[in-house]
Amino acid sequence: MNSCNCRRRDILKAGLALGFATPLLAQDASKPKEGDFLVKTTDTTATPLTPADIKTGSRQIMAWAMDPADKTIRKGSRLNRILLIRLDAAKLTPETKSRAADGVVAYSAICTHAGCEVTEWVPEKQLLFCPCHESTFDPADAAKVIDGPAVKMLPALPLGLADGKLIVLKPFTAPIVFETQ
Amino acid sequence: MKNFFLACALTPLFTLSAQQSPVLQDYKPVTTDRLKNPEPENWLMIRRTWDGQGYSPLDKITPANVTRLQPAWVFSTGVSSGHESAPLVNDGVMFVSTPGNQVLAIDAKTGLLLWRYRRPLPDDVVLMHPTSRGVALYGDNVYFCSGDATLIAINAKTGKEVWATKTAANKQGYYMSLAPQVADGKILIGTSGGEWGIRGFVAAFDPETGKELWRTYTVPAPGEVGSESWPKGDQWKTGGGSIWVTGNYDPDTNLAYWGVGNGGPWMGDQRPGDNHYTSSTIAIDAETGQIKGHYQYHPNDSWDWDEVSPPILVDYNRNGKTVKGLIDVARDGYLWFLERTDGQINFVEGKPYVKQNVFKSLDPKTGRPEVDPEHKPGTGKTVSFCPSLWGGKNWPPVAFSPKTRLLYIPANENFCSTSSGRETEYEAGQVYMGAQTVFTTVPGADHFGEVQAWNVDTGKRVWTHNYTDSPNWGPMLATAGGLVFSGGTNDRKFHAFDAATGKLLWEFPTNSGILGQPTSFMIDGKQYIAVESGWGVDSRSLQANLNRIFPGKYPEIPEGGAIWVFELK
Repeated sequence: MNSCNCRRRDILKAGLALGFATPLLAQDASKPKEGDFLVKTTDTTATPLTPADIKTGSRQIMAWAMDPADKTIRKGSRLNRILLIRLDAAKLTPETKSRAADGVVAYSAICTHAGCEVTEWVPEKQLLFCPCHESTFDPADAAKVIDGPAVKMLPALPLGLADGKLIVLKPFTAPIVFETQ
Repeated sequence: MKNFFLACALTPLFTLSAQQSPVLQDYKPVTTDRLKNPEPENWLMIRRTWDGQGYSPLDKITPANVTRLQPAWVFSTGVSSGHESAPLVNDGVMFVSTPGNQVLAIDAKTGLLLWRYRRPLPDDVVLMHPTSRGVALYGDNVYFCSGDATLIAINAKTGKEVWATKTAANKQGYYMSLAPQVADGKILIGTSGGEWGIRGFVAAFDPETGKELWRTYTVPAPGEVGSESWPKGDQWKTGGGSIWVTGNYDPDTNLAYWGVGNGGPWMGDQRPGDNHYTSSTIAIDAETGQIKGHYQYHPNDSWDWDEVSPPILVDYNRNGKTVKGLIDVARDGYLWFLERTDGQINFVEGKPYVKQNVFKSLDPKTGRPEVDPEHKPGTGKTVSFCPSLWGGKNWPPVAFSPKTRLLYIPANENFCSTSSGRETEYEAGQVYMGAQTVFTTVPGADHFGEVQAWNVDTGKRVWTHNYTDSPNWGPMLATAGGLVFSGGTNDRKFHAFDAATGKLLWEFPTNSGILGQPTSFMIDGKQYIAVESGWGVDSRSLQANLNRIFPGKYPEIPEGGAIWVFELK
């Protein structure tokens, strides 16, 4: 049911079928969709992540969504970069809890201000921190803006579990955009 | 269908009207001679002259009449974000860039649009600072750096693209926000992206074809001069040294002086060594691209003190002698008096112009600072330092008046940062900083922004104007009429000061805060002052930080861009 721009992936599949040389891990720019696995951006083995891979209360890890069937990694656009963080489930707001899987929550890693990747973590306050212009977001409460120049919250990516692995339950809750003018 | 026919009928009419505009019909090509000796009525490059002085020889507007200054026209740019460009004027035609990858040509007298050039950016562009600091004029073309690291030539008469040359891979973090520089008949550019693990460079292009003529990296490769100041291995490939402010140029020696940003990732202890040519000024032979000299303000940066503002070229007196000088107001909080030659850059004098707690002293011969480790952030080490990561002065350019012999500095006092570093892994297309920095203010501070005036011959500060409740993000303009113009404050005002005394003589609140570089031009014997208004980018970030520290006192500033032109009425 989910529509996507799968042309590039189809071409790669066609290339595979015809025996062309193709990268080991196919990639495309389509957005994360229902049922996708999540893999670390630095993981060359493309191993689906489980909640146990993510330490509670520690700095976020960066991930891509991966098609569970053909293992295409959706990293063709930087806008698809996802941050995963695991929090004490009791501290999540009801809205965020409904999107969490075993305490793991996922958001777009692209800061809604200037589009930097939100790579930093303030452990004492349990807040996400963008190193570029010091915007902070509360991952326990829908990644709402706490401080800084960002205006919009980070779009969330609702998660679930399938056979113990983290999966995408629904697409991003909002378009991934930042201020370019 | 009706609308379609209407559009068809109207389109040629508008095109015709643009073509027939007398100011474009008689467009005067910009030559090297004109850039070297610009007519007093024109402003042909961002700082008006290659020495970077930001000085207009026009003198119709003076301290005696400046209170009669009123808007002649205002033009809405249609875009938001920080407007940091300089309106250039060539015989009645204004060329100005805006955020949103837009260049406008406007009849400078009437404010009517002549043409509009826009280049859409991809949704996933890396563009941490969505702004443009101006365009360059040469021949019949306007040169513009597109945000996605593409250099564009636009026909000045028609607004049509002549050529576009991709200079680097945006997906790997290379982007551009600066104005190109015309030097030695070439178009020179630099690149932003120091936060993404780029390797900075200056490159020159053929003005007619867009073909690259040379490229000089700010981080040397193994075996190149300066490579010994980097650790062994591959760090030079991601060492930063971005360049996002246009250089100045000495036509006598054909040397272009460009300022270079900090090293990457941010923590100096992750790249042991001086890390040439980060946080330096480099003297580049405009013919070949060879680095003929350099001056590093501080080695092994750990504070995000990009020293991208180039030094201005001004000859000054020291101990009874004239020094062929370079003067730089650095982000590290020091004012540097240097000497330029046909190659190497010599240290003359350095002194703090704002509170600075990082340098214990300077070597009297070389100016190399002795850094206090208590105030140098590191991996797993949290320290505070002043000035803040935004520096005593950020990118906004200074101005110099040869009449008053004063250097005008848009400074920020009483700002500090607390920074800590962590190990970080390079991943193409992701920020590569490894730092968390929190902005702070000095307890009990009675003001933040300043306009400072320093006598270049005595090396002493002559006057200071304090902005009690605002930082200063305002590029400076000095005029022969004895005035200094600058915006920069969060009250949206454009200010005029008496250049000699610093007395605030005139203010005007515009639509938004002013980050633009003011310029001055003359048409039919009347002097005008032009400036872009449009708050955003880092000025918004700093305002948000101030509001965190002083809740409710620093609300958001209205954003949205406009070009303002003022005249005496």
